[in-house]
Amino acid sequence: MGGWAIAVHGGAGVDPNLPRERQEEARQLLTRCLNLGISALRSSLSPIDVVELVIRELESDPLFNSGRGSALTAKGTVEMEASIMDGIGRRCGAVSGVTTVKNPISLARLVMDKSPHSYLGFSGAEEFAKQQGVEMVDNDYFITEDNLGMLKLAKEANSIIFDYRIPLTGSDICEKATDAPPLKMNGLPISVYAPETVGCVVVDGQGRCAAGTSTGGLMNKMSGRIGDSPLIGSGTYACDVCAVSCTGEGEAIIRGTLARDVAAVMEYKGLGLQEAVDFVIERRLDGGGQAGLIAVSSKGEVACGFNSVGMFRGCANEDGFMEVGIWD
Amino acid sequence: MGWAIALHGGAGDIPRSLPPDRRQPREAALRHSLQVGVAAIKAGRSPLDVVELVVRELEDHPHFNAGRGSVLTSDGTVEMEACIMDGNTKRCGAVSGLTTVKNAISLARLVMEKTPHIYLGFDGAEAFARDQGVETIESSHFITPENIERLKQAKEANRVQIDYTEPLTKVEEAPPSNGDSQLGTVGCVAVDGKGNLATATSTGGLVNKMAGRIGDTPIIGAGTYANKLCAVSATGKGEAIIRATVGRDVAALMEYKGLSLKEAATYVIEECAPSRTAGLVAVSATGDVAMPFNTVGMFRACATEDGYTEVAIWDDETCS
Repeated sequence: MGGWAIAVHGGAGVDPNLPRERQEEARQLLTRCLNLGISALRSSLSPIDVVELVIRELESDPLFNSGRGSALTAKGTVEMEASIMDGIGRRCGAVSGVTTVKNPISLARLVMDKSPHSYLGFSGAEEFAKQQGVEMVDNDYFITEDNLGMLKLAKEANSIIFDYRIPLTGSDICEKATDAPPLKMNGLPISVYAPETVGCVVVDGQGRCAAGTSTGGLMNKMSGRIGDSPLIGSGTYACDVCAVSCTGEGEAIIRGTLARDVAAVMEYKGLGLQEAVDFVIERRLDGGGQAGLIAVSSKGEVACGFNSVGMFRGCANEDGFMEVGIWD
Repeated sequence: MGWAIALHGGAGDIPRSLPPDRRQPREAALRHSLQVGVAAIKAGRSPLDVVELVVRELEDHPHFNAGRGSVLTSDGTVEMEACIMDGNTKRCGAVSGLTTVKNAISLARLVMEKTPHIYLGFDGAEAFARDQGVETIESSHFITPENIERLKQAKEANRVQIDYTEPLTKVEEAPPSNGDSQLGTVGCVAVDGKGNLATATSTGGLVNKMAGRIGDTPIIGAGTYANKLCAVSATGKGEAIIRATVGRDVAALMEYKGLSLKEAATYVIEECAPSRTAGLVAVSATGDVAMPFNTVGMFRACATEDGYTEVAIWDDETCS
């Protein structure tokens, strides 16, 4: 107990038939990000700095659905959103509808630190980005071949009833890759669903927590659609007790105010971190919503939980514990 | 048990010296909106219909900061946002950055009912409005002379602050001529005789806000929240309400600590939100009403099935 802890995620809801190479790439990225965060913690960077640093790394890598590699809107463009929250004082910053800012999480941080507001969207956010001189790129930078392909499939999937079976390529990938009805997340077949979001939660040796989440959002979403990631209390939350970042079906996460609820059951019901995470995953995702989350507590604990098929994640603490995983 | 309805027209530094010609139209609007809501409940309309109806009334009224009468961004434009939530299903809808939609709350409801999403913003929301054929109107319709004046004063106050490096609190205390520039938001919560709950909130946001600024109103769990225990609509300084997750916390305290509606609402306003930043209206599944605020005043009204009615601006009294 006590000491620093860190967790990262690359999204909940993973295709059980994800090729091995992709799984391996994901594990390597998660490991790299964990190590980045761990070095930063050892250099005494503040939790909020660590969160931002790690998420920037995840945004820059095209593997997960954030920054470069973001899921595409119905128009084939990228609209990114992110939020960051500092447990000390519960300061927060969020952005939505970001199209040319290379690292949305850093823009969210600037909203928190350099504006009188907590949340900026769309052209207002872009304008603020220009004023702040953050690194800006063409929207094309964020678009990958993979995701162009996925968008096409998503559009096709929307026009047929979900009646087909996901082709099986191997049985030792995930125990859920069986002759079950096709898995869906957010209305999309899991093979085209881009696990939404990346996130990071950190607690330092003094018990100070911070959380951040960043995403391109739902594949084939309506332009202007805002999910849970930039919403404080839903996708992201941090206070003096814990820090939480969620991922999965945005609607379910919002309705369950998932991130806030982890902290609320700790504060108001006295549950410990893992109990709180389990409670929220079991009881706050009513209506069949699928999601996952990572969390750290001011006591140096780290926990994760998900009810989806898989969640890309990694956790580590000062005691030397380190684990990277995808499946149960 | 029994039905109950509560609504607000914004919490803030409403000076007790507010002149009659500014006070009376607002009180009349609150009373009228309350009547509309009560009639709808008595006619058996669902709480979701009732809150939408009442908020539409408040949006159309030019003296509240929502729809027509919305405060202006630093660019002198209007950017409206709204949110609606059904307690039973926790289904919700939210919109931000609207510039031509006459009734933001109705668009929020359409997002909830006609899209697979919860929240649409800015151009995407405006495009959806056109797809849905909702009533849109030129932006100038929403802009009132009062708000042009408020913006002017807010900009001057900022300039004074920078020039004289006075602490922000001092500047805020200098009363602008119309006395209520800190006003935010309209909202309504309702419960029917069977315990079905709903909430709706709508706003123009903060005076002189940056274009693109989103407040607490469309953030589920902050400015707006309903579940099977209670329905909440908050008003005040958006940034503070977001940090304190006001709406969700009222319900969470009831659920996790067994507090009553009144205890939970009072606790959140007095202990969780910084002084002079917030107010809320809330009803519970059992027909309780609470309307606490930690600002100078809050335009509000409520009514319950047993005949209690209240229209008020100042004081700490909540419906009992």
